[in-house]
Parts: sequence; structure tokens; C-alpha cells
Amino acid sequence: MNRKKAFALPYIVWMIVFTIVPLLLILFYAFIHKTDTGALIFTTEYIRSALSGSSMSVLLLSLEYALITTVLCLLLAYPAALFLWQLRSRIGSIVNLLFMLPMWMNFLLRTYAWRALLDMSGPINRVLQWLGLPGQQLLYTEGAVIFGLVYNFLPFMLLPIYTAFTKIDRSYVQAAEDLGANRWQTLTRVILPLTRSGIITGVTMVFMPAVTTFVVSRLLGGSQTMMFGDLLENQFMLLKDWNTGSALAVVMMVLMLLSMALVRKSDDGVMPGGM
Amino acid sequence: MKTTRFLALVLAILFVLPLAAACGKSGQKTTLYVLNWGEYLDPDLIKEFEDQNPDIKINYTTTTSNEEMYTICATEGSKIDLLVPSDYMIERLIAEDLLAELDLSNIPNFEYVKQAASTCTFDPESKYSIPYLMGTLGIVYNTKLVDDPVDSWDILWDEKYAGKIMMYDSIRDSIAIALCKLGYDLNTADPEQLREAGELLKQQKSLVLAYGTDNIKYDMIGGNVALGVDYSGSATEAILENSDLAYVVPKEGSNIWVDSMVVLKSSQHKEAAERFINFLCDPEITARNSEYVGYTTPNSKAEEYVDPELLAADSYHISEDVIARCKYYKDLDADTLALWNSVWMEVKTATK
Repeated sequence: MNRKKAFALPYIVWMIVFTIVPLLLILFYAFIHKTDTGALIFTTEYIRSALSGSSMSVLLLSLEYALITTVLCLLLAYPAALFLWQLRSRIGSIVNLLFMLPMWMNFLLRTYAWRALLDMSGPINRVLQWLGLPGQQLLYTEGAVIFGLVYNFLPFMLLPIYTAFTKIDRSYVQAAEDLGANRWQTLTRVILPLTRSGIITGVTMVFMPAVTTFVVSRLLGGSQTMMFGDLLENQFMLLKDWNTGSALAVVMMVLMLLSMALVRKSDDGVMPGGM
Repeated sequence: MKTTRFLALVLAILFVLPLAAACGKSGQKTTLYVLNWGEYLDPDLIKEFEDQNPDIKINYTTTTSNEEMYTICATEGSKIDLLVPSDYMIERLIAEDLLAELDLSNIPNFEYVKQAASTCTFDPESKYSIPYLMGTLGIVYNTKLVDDPVDSWDILWDEKYAGKIMMYDSIRDSIAIALCKLGYDLNTADPEQLREAGELLKQQKSLVLAYGTDNIKYDMIGGNVALGVDYSGSATEAILENSDLAYVVPKEGSNIWVDSMVVLKSSQHKEAAERFINFLCDPEITARNSEYVGYTTPNSKAEEYVDPELLAADSYHISEDVIARCKYYKDLDADTLALWNSVWMEVKTATK
């Protein structure tokens, strides 16, 4: 028993040093004010300034982008996973590999590539011109940001859902068909509930990181709007205001915990789907 | 079989590497640690200096911001000897007593940059800093897309060019542009003036295609953007790539900066650092470096060595009257910076 525990030791040390301690530091900076005399006092002033109107509007916008991205990823990934599952397993895993292949390249590199593709003189606009259509300003639009986010996060939605599909015992589907369910009923009453855990994992893996990304909006959206990531960067790098920066991080974490709890709750509930 | 061969290779490398390093160390060399911006020094020059000065070896590192430079230097036990920060950061380093006083008798080439150095408000007597390269903030425009004369910041607010304007994604530069347009000081701490500047930038937002940084250069070269705010060195590169482009420093004034070489007080190799500074102040060397980097050399004798094509670009040559109407940035204190930031936040979070 003790020897088994010893195996976990490296991980426990890692977690304490790189997760617990930084978390405590963030909480410390967010709630403790150091006066000029060096005394430490508890304050909620930083949290209050983190909850100010302008930073909340930044947060709301980031949440909106993340939500749209998550929904689009789900709408794209679920049918794709269903399709993959219906292929013969050999071909299915090859197609799956093709979906994953872009992830072997660096995320930043792929986003830069999209800049070139969406550019006014890029290939997409050239094709439009060749067809006799007017060129479209694709780069530096809201659409480009959403597109970039969906493109980058799609594999994180697809993989868990596909994994959930591969675990389904096909005899359940046959049983449903034998008992007179039509295809739609089979999908909504049998397949969907069985893949719910995959959907929930996918949603968490897309939504959480999507809220805090900022490179995509900078590169594809021309940073016309400020994202939560930009706000944090400004606070730490430019203003050197670690206190308000940490308070912003705390607000963010509370929000994440709440949304995770909500997702969990819907997982325990009877509602199929989990969204 | 394969694994054994791979292991043998790894072991061989592990044994040879320290040997190679030890060989290099023979002959008591001074290692000079230099910290600079990315792509801001012609790497051939380092080799050339090392060939001329066999007793010195240069360890060259780069960073991306003044703030990062400051963090590296202020860290206890930093090995850095020589660095090239911008004006406002030098102001802070002097104030915090982190810089060594230079011995100008070790830098005879100083006479060529003397005149430029005297205009540096942060260190007019050149006690601590020697000018390296300089530049301005201005407008790059495409002469095929813009038919009005471009001489004022006002054109960035002209509805005619809606969706064809790129602004700089930086607090200091964007607000400075609005302040210049309004006729205010670009280092102001006056909340009312800053509020007005913020209003102006919010009004402009619907006309702006994007707020960019390095990408502005590429978008201008691409030829689909009419007007873009950019730094002169970056503009020079764009103009050399696309001859339809031109650069102007607007009449209302703008920002001019000088990045200067300074030596840290903690440096053990001040004499070697001064030798490197002197090397970089040589007219021919600085001309070559300036050609490589694209920013203007403050060296009064360098012009004859600079490529005429480069010298002809408006963005490269900084004339007397441009210097007269431009100002250096000053280091803003924390409260003022917070004020600037809140103005910029409002601009960024405003809806189009």
C-alpha cells in the first residue's frame, strides 16, 4: 500500500509546487493590500475594481465568443463523430487521424497560415475574383475570430465524443431498432444519452480555454476588441498591477468553477445531452 | 541493434561536447553579455568585432520589450553588461542608479553621435548613454489608394478611408496620436486631455480596419490598406518592398525615439563594453547596421556609407524639422499609466 503511494509522490510534489502554491499566491495578491509601512491588510478593493464595468464587458464578450465557439464545435463534431463511428473501424481510425493531423503543427503557425488564406490578396479572395465575384474583407472581422477559434478547438470536441461513441455496445442500437424505434428515436433516446459523457468532456475542453485565448483575436480579428487574456496581460505586463490582475484571475476562476458545477449537475440529472 | 547505435551516438555527443567547450575556453577571454531587441543588430558585425578583438567574446541575447529588459537587468546576479533600451527606460534606469558612468575617452567615435546625443532629454550630457539607432512614429500610405495630400493625423479620421485604416495596437502610440491631433503634449497626465483623446479614438473606431503591430507592415505591402500607423524603420522595409508606399511624420508632431547603449553598474567588463560601443559608433559600421535593421543611424558621418536608395526614403531620413516637431516619450508614473490604461480600455471595449 505504502509503495503504491510512493508512486504518486512526484505528482503530488509537482501539484503542490506548480498548482497549489501559485493558487495561494493569486489569492494572496487578490485580497491582501500592502501599505506603505509594509503592513498587510485584508481588502476587497481589488476584487471590486476587477468587477468594474469595463472589465466585466470584456469578460462578457470573451464568454460570448467562447459560447458560440463551443456550440459550433459541438454542431460540427457530433455528426462527424457519428459518421466516423459508422465507418469500418480501420477506415474510421484513419479518418480520425486525418482530423487530428493539423494538431501536430503548432497552434500559432496554423493561425498565421489562416491570416494568409483569409487575406484580401489571399487564395480565397483570388478564387472569388476568378469566379467574377467581388473580393471580401475576411481578415480582421468577428467572423474570422470565431472561425479561427472553431478551427483550433474542433479536435478537442471531436476526440472525446468519438471516444464515447467507440464505447457504445452496438447491440443497444440493434435492440432499439428491433423494438420499433425509428432512426431519430434511436439517436435521441439511445445514442445521445450514451455519448453524454463525451459531450460534457468536449464542452469543458473547448469552452474553458476558449474564454482565455487572445492570440486568435489579435491575429485574425485585428484586436478590435479586447479579450480577457489581453486584459490580464495588460494588468501584469504594462501596469504591473499584480493585485488587480490576480483579482481578475480569481473572478475568472470562480466563474469557471460555477460553470463546471452547472455542467456536472446536468450530467447527474435526467436531461439527456448535457448542454 | 538500432537502439544500441542510437545510444552510442548519444554517448559520443555527450563526451565530445564538453571537450569542444573546453577547447574554446583556452586563452582567457572576456565574455561580454549584450542584451538587445530582436533583429536589431547585424549578426555579421558581432563576428567582425570578435575578429578584431580576439580577447572578447560576445554573448548576445534579445528581448521584445523595454519592460522585459528592465526585469532582466533588475534581477540580482544578472550577467548583462551592455544593453540598448529606449529613452524612457533609460530615464528609469538612471533614476534607480543602475547604470555605470561612461568614460568617453574610451569612445573616440562619440564625436559622430555627439550632436544627436545632445538632443536626448533623458541624458543630454551622455553621462550614461550613447545613441544607437533612432526612429519616428508616422503614417505609411499607399499613393494608389490615397489621393489627398497626407500631412496631418486628421486623415486617419477621414470617412472616405473607412475600413482602409490600420492603427497601432499600443497604449502609448495610439493615445499619443490622438493627443498630437488635439495639440496636446504626448506625455500628458491631464485627465481632461486624456478623456478627449479617448473620445477621439472611440469616434475613429468605426473607420479602423484593425489595430495591429508588426502585421501592419505586411498589410501595407499587400497593397489593400490605404493608411497605416507604423514606426519609421518598419515603414522603410515596407517602402523598399512596395514602391507605391510613402511615409510621413504629420505636421502636428509625433513621437521620436532614440535607443541608446548603456552599461550596467554591476558590469565587470566596462572597458570591453566601451570598446564595443566605440565599434558600433564607427560611421561605416553603424551605416551597415542601420541598413540591415532599417532604422536611422544618429551618426553624423554615416550618411556617405548608407545605400542611396535607403537614404532617399522619407521614412529613413529624419530631417531637422521633423526632429523639431517630435517629442520623446517620458516614463509615466504608475498613477498616470493607470489613467492612460483606463482610457485605452474604454476605446477597446467600445462597440464599433
